[in-house]
Amino acid sequence: MKIAVCIYEGPYNHEASDSAYNFIKAAIDRGHEIQGIFFYHDGVYNVTKLMEPPQDDRHIANRWSALGATGIDIVVCIAAAKRRGIVDDVLVPNVRISGLGQLTMMAIQADRMVVFGD
Amino acid sequence: MAEEIKKIMFTVRKAPHGSIYVYEGLEVKLIMAAYDADISVVFMDDGVFALKQGQDTKELGIKGFAATYGALMDYEIQKVYVDRHSMEVRGMTEADLLVIGEDEETEEPVKPQVIDAQEIAAMMAEQHNILSF
Repeated sequence: MKIAVCIYEGPYNHEASDSAYNFIKAAIDRGHEIQGIFFYHDGVYNVTKLMEPPQDDRHIANRWSALGATGIDIVVCIAAAKRRGIVDDVLVPNVRISGLGQLTMMAIQADRMVVFGD
Repeated sequence: MAEEIKKIMFTVRKAPHGSIYVYEGLEVKLIMAAYDADISVVFMDDGVFALKQGQDTKELGIKGFAATYGALMDYEIQKVYVDRHSMEVRGMTEADLLVIGEDEETEEPVKPQVIDAQEIAAMMAEQHNILSF
């Protein structure tokens, strides 16, 4: 099954990012295809390289970046990002900023869209 | 051969001004309406407050967006529904609802259509995707 994932919440503050990550790993392990990952609302904060969590904790941005390195398309909404000061310069590698049209294409092309957030 | 048009439903379940979900959710609707998709929007739970006419956010010091709902039909978003029960338990009636456009033929103002939970459930079952804001 082709699955698209949309994440609405910021890192650490909310479990949405962790739940989405665990869901995606489990889906891939089960042989599903991840159509794309879209960060919206405060979710755009998940992929800034400026974050520096304590060393004994998970590094959420690096974790997403590593997932992006496997070829999964990870998109940050430009409108939500601009509002919150997230620009290309602060992104971790393997993610990109684009428009809501990308979310639309994911919603149309994926068999399921799974949303993580309040 | 053209692909079938996908049905995408938006649910609006939060109050309009306590968080940004509803406002940014509206931005998504306006963009998606420009694509080849069968869009519907259902307001339920606290989301029905977003459809209250006469909203004024000046005292809150934030940008309001209720006026954009008044142009939903101009954005080709015709299927706009509101859950009857959610309205009733919040003391709202159809008279409280804002106008989302005007009828092309009669030029009469059009309001969101008040429907029951069973009808919403039936529509949800037909959707390709449901996005909640």
